[in-house]
Amino acid sequence: MEKIAITSEGPTLDDAVDPRFGRTAGFVVIDPETMTFEYKNNGAAQTMPKGAGIQAAETVVAAGARALLTGYVGPKAFQALSAAGVTIIQNIENMTVREAVDQYKSGQIDVATAPNSRGHGR
Amino acid sequence: MIIAIASGKGGAGKTTVSASLAAVMSPPAIAVDLDVEEPNLHLFLEPEITGQEPAYMDVPKVDETGCTYCRACADICQFKAISVLGEVILTFPEMCHGCGACMAVCPENVISYDRRTLGDILWGRADETEFLMGRLRVGEAMSPPLMRQVKARLRERLAETGADALIDAPPGVSCPAVNAVMDADVIVLVTEPTPFGCYDLALAHEAFRNIGKPMGVVINRAGLGEDAIYAQCREAGLPILAEIPYDRAIAEAYSQGRIISETSDYFKEVFTDLAENIKKLAVADVAREEISHA
Repeated sequence: MEKIAITSEGPTLDDAVDPRFGRTAGFVVIDPETMTFEYKNNGAAQTMPKGAGIQAAETVVAAGARALLTGYVGPKAFQALSAAGVTIIQNIENMTVREAVDQYKSGQIDVATAPNSRGHGR
Repeated sequence: MIIAIASGKGGAGKTTVSASLAAVMSPPAIAVDLDVEEPNLHLFLEPEITGQEPAYMDVPKVDETGCTYCRACADICQFKAISVLGEVILTFPEMCHGCGACMAVCPENVISYDRRTLGDILWGRADETEFLMGRLRVGEAMSPPLMRQVKARLRERLAETGADALIDAPPGVSCPAVNAVMDADVIVLVTEPTPFGCYDLALAHEAFRNIGKPMGVVINRAGLGEDAIYAQCREAGLPILAEIPYDRAIAEAYSQGRIISETSDYFKEVFTDLAENIKKLAVADVAREEISHA
């Protein structure tokens, strides 16, 4: 199965989903079939004054993820992820990474067609 | 001589001082509004605008047919204005600072220039004073690139006319403010005797002192309260070039868009003396430079 990325507050499946995309603590990148995963720190984007969403999108694409589960995605990040062909699933919050993956596997998710955050840069 | 009127604090009286100084300066003189984010000097000088042109900044445009997605451009860009996502390259023109690094490092030479509108440059004349201003496009976030183009035109005008220039700088101590004062021969810091005035004057002095230009202070709303500003100026070695009294008549004239130095003989003298003191400050600095180089 193709890998997916989930914005996460920590490096394990039992950490909470971080609803922020651009300034998320990091990404759990996982193969939902085998449940093997790795953690990608998002430090590079977190320290940027602007453009964090674009930087985070680069990280997701570089990790080989074909879908992203997160809370909120701004317009530039949405454009970047879409251009790279990453499926975006928004409004994922108040759950653990494991619960988010389970939800994804169950198919009870909506693929986003537009950003749900106004974005912070201009 | 180029005189920059600056202040750490917004609303300290930069434009009030600039407009009055422009009115008493002997021609040829040129008044420049470099507060391009919210220019307002023209509201007081009421110049006849005789010319205007749009200002642009170069932003990258990629011809993807020759791109190898090597990431050289994306890696050098500090602002995420160009991004490589796998085999996709995207530009975000509004993020671009126009440094040109992406074009310089592209090994395939597939990045060319597109342009983003920064705003307008306007010029004209208010009586005997030449007038020049920049006006940032609404929604544009970066003012220094536009300011540089206004300053380029100022240099042309100065070379042609030999005029003295008066720059109304933006408030604060960040890039736009530094950009406005860095080419000046003298920096005049407008402040007021309040805790805010003291605090922001200290910031402005700290930010601008490294530029190495002579600096002096105009205390606006003098008599308002905080005497600490005088001790602060003394300790910082900042000469006080003028004091403008805290006077309701000034606020009334300002609200009507009038130039303070034109409202009474007394105020005219305040600003004539200020112009004289600024000149002395510049001359003293030149003399000091010559001694230190001798």
